[in-house]
Amino acid sequence: MENETINSPGYDIPDDIKNNIAVTTIDRLYNWGRRSSVWPLMFGLACCAIEMIAAQTARYDMSRFGMEVMRPTPRQADMLLVSGTVTKKMLPSIVRLYNQMPEPKYVVAMGACASSGGPFKEGYNVVAGIDKFLPVDVYIPGCPPTPQALIAGLIKLQEKIDKQSIRTAPWYSKMKDPNYVPMPILGPDLIDVRRNAEIRDAAATKESA
Amino acid sequence: MFGKGILKGLSVTWKRFWDTYLEDISWMLRGKKRYYTEEGIKHRSSADTKGIFTIQYPEEQLILPEEARYLPFLVYNVDAEGKKEVLCTSCGICAKVCPPQCIWIVRSNDPVTGRPVPEPTEFYIDGDICMNCGFCAEYCPFDAIKMDHDFAIASYGRNVLNMEKLLKPSSYYEGIRPQNFAREEEARKAKEAAKAAKAEAAASAAPTA
Amino acid sequence: MAAPLTLTVNLVARFPNSVSADARPGYSGFIVTKESLTEVATAIRDEFGYDLLTAVIAVDYINENKMEVVYHAYKTTGGPGLVFKVQVERVDPIEVPSLVEIWAGADFQEREAWDLHGIKFIGHPDLRRILMWEGFDGHPLRKDWKEAFYEEDTKPFKSRWPDGQFYMAESKNPFKDNINFPKDFDPDTLIVDKEEDLYSSLERHSTKDDDGLKTDHIVVNMGPHHPSTHGVLRVALTLDGETIVGLKPVMGYLHRNHDKIGERNTYLQIIPYTDRLDYFNSMSNNFGYAITVEKLMKIAVAERAEYIRVIMAELTRIQNHLVFAGTLLNDLGAMYTPSIYAFEERELILDIFEEVSGARMMCNYFRFGGVVRDIPDHVMQKIKDLVFERLPAKTDEMERFLNENEILVARLKGVHVLSAEDAVRYSVTGPVLRAAGVPYDIRRADPYSVYDRFDFDVAVRYNCDMLDNYLIRFDEIRQSIRILEQAIKQIPQGPINSQKPAYQVRVPAGEAYGRVESPKGELGFYIISNGKPNPWRYHVRPASFVNMTALEKMCLGTKIADFIALLGMLDIVMGELDR
Repeated sequence: MENETINSPGYDIPDDIKNNIAVTTIDRLYNWGRRSSVWPLMFGLACCAIEMIAAQTARYDMSRFGMEVMRPTPRQADMLLVSGTVTKKMLPSIVRLYNQMPEPKYVVAMGACASSGGPFKEGYNVVAGIDKFLPVDVYIPGCPPTPQALIAGLIKLQEKIDKQSIRTAPWYSKMKDPNYVPMPILGPDLIDVRRNAEIRDAAATKESA
Repeated sequence: MFGKGILKGLSVTWKRFWDTYLEDISWMLRGKKRYYTEEGIKHRSSADTKGIFTIQYPEEQLILPEEARYLPFLVYNVDAEGKKEVLCTSCGICAKVCPPQCIWIVRSNDPVTGRPVPEPTEFYIDGDICMNCGFCAEYCPFDAIKMDHDFAIASYGRNVLNMEKLLKPSSYYEGIRPQNFAREEEARKAKEAAKAAKAEAAASAAPTA
Repeated sequence: MAAPLTLTVNLVARFPNSVSADARPGYSGFIVTKESLTEVATAIRDEFGYDLLTAVIAVDYINENKMEVVYHAYKTTGGPGLVFKVQVERVDPIEVPSLVEIWAGADFQEREAWDLHGIKFIGHPDLRRILMWEGFDGHPLRKDWKEAFYEEDTKPFKSRWPDGQFYMAESKNPFKDNINFPKDFDPDTLIVDKEEDLYSSLERHSTKDDDGLKTDHIVVNMGPHHPSTHGVLRVALTLDGETIVGLKPVMGYLHRNHDKIGERNTYLQIIPYTDRLDYFNSMSNNFGYAITVEKLMKIAVAERAEYIRVIMAELTRIQNHLVFAGTLLNDLGAMYTPSIYAFEERELILDIFEEVSGARMMCNYFRFGGVVRDIPDHVMQKIKDLVFERLPAKTDEMERFLNENEILVARLKGVHVLSAEDAVRYSVTGPVLRAAGVPYDIRRADPYSVYDRFDFDVAVRYNCDMLDNYLIRFDEIRQSIRILEQAIKQIPQGPINSQKPAYQVRVPAGEAYGRVESPKGELGFYIISNGKPNPWRYHVRPASFVNMTALEKMCLGTKIADFIALLGMLDIVMGELDR
């Protein structure tokens, strides 16, 4: 973060200490630390994963944003970059990974497929967007988004982090696992267990084929 | 000798490490700036590039080639009175050719005669389904829909683009694709000239007939 | 291509009662009766010498109330293929004898036909679903099976124009999502499949060692989230200590219904979808699809376009193999540096793709009869700079950097991958087959496009070990550079498309199987047209998927640490594997 932005807490600082001491708010410092070390989960799904790897390599170099530390285990990751088509068969694993990530955690839907199912939306094995199950923070359109577009999206995520406050952060509240998502089940089709009653009713009134 | 191969390999990384600084010095001696200049970016993405390969997005940006494509947009001309003239005639070819079927067009009808009028009432592109294939722009007979270069369009929600978001002036199009624009303008002028010549020939032929 | 005349006479003459020529207009090959399929197939392999079974494809002819299984067999010595088919009544249970005993490479493809078409292969050792999960409702590639977001049989959909009021597909579905359940389904009564079939298919036993100590074999599941399975592949392993004693790949985690969507698309609309098969090599995918449709349409390709196609396909091969080396080294523990070096060259090649086609990865560059736009002069200059100067130098540098590294050599040398016999039996194609000593390259064995005009060697190595598998990729890069040099010198001026640009093409009825040598092996497309704007059957024969058949054979008896390297050797890509 530039000196000017971190050093301007929003109230007057006496002139004589202005250039000697950095005065900032806790939120600023806290968010500056978090936004500069967003560790993504090393997790690639499809075509977009290749552009994600490309963004990590020399030309785009995501480490300039403190995002080069790809963690293979969700326990150490801050950000789930859903990079590709989410299939029904894969979804339970993704939800499990998400649940295993510690708070604060962010989900970025990279590319058309993760945002809404994309070109494969009509397919029988494709989930129409990861946002049906996980709370998505940033949507990056494109098929696939180029590494620059991905970085632009991650800057968007940093802006979002900047706006959060330590006082209202849900992960310090008493609530246990505020973002816990129950695991979907694979039956005759994908079953979101939160919607069991609704599915039963819809199946009962369904016209038989 | 055991370890010779490893040393040989390390010499490659060692050379690569120094390449950056040697290049920097040679650019400095020539009095040129290697970073944050178009010349520098061009050189770093050419076949002669040596040493550091990073284009530091967002401070620097890769120079997008003219044909680069992201999401589509609709072109409008501004006429002498400052009125928008949308080039789209809602013929529906883009909606028919679109592989994931993400283009939706409402053709307008003249309220008096009930016959279709050229301009579309509504035009939607589901930006989160679009696969950036470029077919719509390629097969549009009126050069009314084109592929955009703007990739930094990540957002905090789904991207369904309506007319308002899709319309961009032809000057913008000329800016991102000068060669294509010039070619199309030329073709259009030739067509108009041929049309005028034909009309003139018909007019001059009429009295004698 | 039709089989040569002599063969036609031979096969029918050899089995007059059970084989007949396929006489449908536009079709070729032979129809074999179900009862004698095994016998005829054995003769095709042993007497006629078609040792490589490349494709097993199921087709649903719902109007004739028939199911058909199409087999494509080739000779590893080259030449055109032999197509034979078996037809069965479309009444469940649909049963066809399995050919796994004759060609082990039929294994996964038969499982796919069971999964997606519901054809039971009698005698198959492990007939489970492969792309979908056990318990899934129905066989989705059957023509009467409809998915949750089903709108119409064919594109373009009528709701888009002229009254295209935007809606999301979810709103029209009774379950408000991309899901579908049988009538009166109750999720609370569901018994979830615990994958007993998968684990029982793994060999599982316990042994006692000499001291009388009882040791159990343990089951380890690797993936689908695992950094070195190259995507979302899952492998279930049984281990005896560190030795692999049982292995089953589980796939379908990226099954995006390519075939089903393809059958709904028009011919042109499929091109951008093929980009997303093997997403490293979209140009090769385009190539395979384009030559298949051109075969059906019986059109010639513009001369200049042929050369452009070859240039693009070979550039693709170079970047694929460079990235292969980088990721393999990643898997072996040389984290990042080799792959970052490889990606640097890849970026420069992708720049060329972006300039000619508009996109880095999903090029969508080929059209029927040619390509979409010409190579501008300044891009041609860039290609020349790369091909004549940078790429040879950088390949040398990569070799200097890695190939003599003692750790790498110690890891790779002498670890057996596949013998030539096994590779052919398991229908393995591509560099893995050539590293086993079989010089089979479709560019030579059954030339397509203008490959017969270039002077190049088929890279081949004979040690069957991992080091050879690794080095052959560098040999192929060198050969690709050789081809590129010739292509750049020979490229003529002229139009880049023999056809007028049209968003709908007329494809006469018939069938065609086109194949190209993609960097990963044989990439085949099988298309059946019934004269309509959309294909009746569209099937991709992916190299990665069929090569995976041999994974179990490759890995049994090796150490778990070598398994990662062996998987890397196959150079799989999930988009193509699962489609």
